[in-house]
Amino acid sequence: MKKKILMCGNDACGEGAVLAGCRFYAGYPITPQNELTSYMSKRMNQTGGVFIQSESELAAINMVFGASVAGARAMTSSSSPGISLKQEGISYLAACELPAVIVNVQRGGPGLGNIAPAQGDYFQATKGGGHGDYNMIVLAPASVEEMMTLTYEAFDLADKYRNPVMILADGLLGQMMEPVSVRSSEFGVRSKKYEKPWALTGCRGRKPNIIRSLLLAEGALEEHNKKLQEKFGRMRKAEVRYEVSNEKDSDIMLVAYGSCARIARAAAEKARSKGIKAALLRPISLWPFPSDILGELSGQVKNFLVVEMSAGQMVEDVRLGVEGRAKVDFYGRMGGGIPTGEEILNKIEALA
Amino acid sequence: MAKIKIDEIRCKGCYLCITSCPQGLIKVSDRLNIKGTKPARFKGGKCTGCSMCAIICPDCIIQVYR
Amino acid sequence: MRKSNQKPVTRNQKKKKINKSQVENLIFSRPRSMRDVEMHYCAGCGHGLVHRLICETIDELGIRERTIGVAPVGCAVIAYDYWDFDVTEAAHGRTPAVATGIKRVRPESIVFSYQGDGDLAAIGTAEIIHTANRGENITVIFVNNGVYGMTGGQMAPTTLAGQVTDTTVEGRNLKRDGYPLKILEMMAVLPGAKYLERTSVHSPQEVLRTKRAIKKAFQTQIDNRGFSMVEVLAMCPTYWGMSPIKSADRIKNEVSTFYPIGVVKSY
Repeated sequence: MKKKILMCGNDACGEGAVLAGCRFYAGYPITPQNELTSYMSKRMNQTGGVFIQSESELAAINMVFGASVAGARAMTSSSSPGISLKQEGISYLAACELPAVIVNVQRGGPGLGNIAPAQGDYFQATKGGGHGDYNMIVLAPASVEEMMTLTYEAFDLADKYRNPVMILADGLLGQMMEPVSVRSSEFGVRSKKYEKPWALTGCRGRKPNIIRSLLLAEGALEEHNKKLQEKFGRMRKAEVRYEVSNEKDSDIMLVAYGSCARIARAAAEKARSKGIKAALLRPISLWPFPSDILGELSGQVKNFLVVEMSAGQMVEDVRLGVEGRAKVDFYGRMGGGIPTGEEILNKIEALA
Repeated sequence: MAKIKIDEIRCKGCYLCITSCPQGLIKVSDRLNIKGTKPARFKGGKCTGCSMCAIICPDCIIQVYR
Repeated sequence: MRKSNQKPVTRNQKKKKINKSQVENLIFSRPRSMRDVEMHYCAGCGHGLVHRLICETIDELGIRERTIGVAPVGCAVIAYDYWDFDVTEAAHGRTPAVATGIKRVRPESIVFSYQGDGDLAAIGTAEIIHTANRGENITVIFVNNGVYGMTGGQMAPTTLAGQVTDTTVEGRNLKRDGYPLKILEMMAVLPGAKYLERTSVHSPQEVLRTKRAIKKAFQTQIDNRGFSMVEVLAMCPTYWGMSPIKSADRIKNEVSTFYPIGVVKSY
């Protein structure tokens, strides 16, 4: 029987990690993700894992680097300003091909900003916020339940590709409470075991393992980059996730992710009740971005309306997917402002 | 009789071994090695195998026999 | 140093197939844990010495197969090319955080970080202080040559007053550039730091003392006593602008008077 429990998104994210076998967490306090750090402190004690409240975000991501080097499933979490500090570490993780899960419960920016929900870190997450040519899978939950299931899945993806994976949530998802179906047994069955012969465990009975990204020999770094790009190419092909409804019968296709998508979905339904053929495409993987479905839809949909809690970041990827075959409009709120259903509906009606 | 072997190809010519030999048995070679450096050279003589030269060698290229 | 009756085990000897009479008498050679390759360091650089002492220690303690090293950013960035055991790189200054992650996941492993003065005492100050303060059961080997070698000889936090570097062309000016940092003494007040010693490699005697200190630090970890660190004063002839022999003299006469050699703290 499925048990339902009421929990906040931050806690659900932590539980998803625990179910996935995460046994190392390092983090630094920052609002609005503090419940997650607190939850992991409790759960790591209960599961025999490691919890460290680090001296900084820099230390946290590098402790995760170390735990990953040693073969553990490891996670860190933060909110926008703290994620900026972790970018160096994320670049190193990607360069050294180390799996790890990084959770960003986004808040208003730029700078210290505020602690309200926002989606202003889309570029940073999907275009490589750190230095060098790298990508990571970015998953955007839109419910408390998805905070759990996508975090769970993130660990498998990280191990599968030996690459960092980011959960891009926001303060709304982190703080709000919803009933979550806890299906520990199913989680347990699905959890895959990945061998890690590359991990540093001491060189007993084998040649020493070296984890490095510094490649000074002529052409060596380019070769390494080619190998990484080949891997990113495989991710692009295999890991696109999205949700779409009424796509065959719509004139206006809203595109939104995360908590914004829930408001947009409500607005689309309301518009439909008023006779406007509106629908929603919700990217779940922001990288790789679901460009192919946008290409398909652009043949039949007249208008795309991208809704974000930012000045317009994902809209650029939508335009790239649509390639000029349809009109792409944008509605966004910034600095912690949340678009209301009314505002989005007005925009839909103006386009119809 | 003790003796030392200096890997003259790898020697970078810091000469810390020369100042460390209590018997003064190491000298600067007359010939250049492939690096263009005059390596340290064991002159032979009353080596006691004290290993001071090998202990101070930053490049770990001195072997001591006794 | 090996005693004359010990069997040789180095790769070096195996490869060169030294005849038996020689083998029996070999009393000093490259340790097993050190790869038989040429190091990139400048003539008279202290890094190679410290690398070797770590390898000798690991061999003597019989811990090669459970040792995990963390290499820094700086001149020793490719230390993993010279060590024959598991090693990872780390971002500049984050070396102790990476070591923390490894040790917490694998408490049975012997984990050490190797850091220069820029890595440890400038960009990584927060990490080293907090790693020591948490009492992480790791060992840190801190090579202090008072200058940024890798990037061209800029001032380090440990550069002495008046010392000429690439960024203190008229000598380190305390008013403009601040004071040389005695980080080992700073760390002595931390309850989590259990063994702290400063040594040097400017003479064979001091090299042997450094070896004893490194061995003591690793033993501290093996005995689960907590954080241990050895600061090694080392020569950088290239960026001190003097010969290796004069550099060794400078440590003896100048550097070690400001950074005194000896045990700063012992459990």
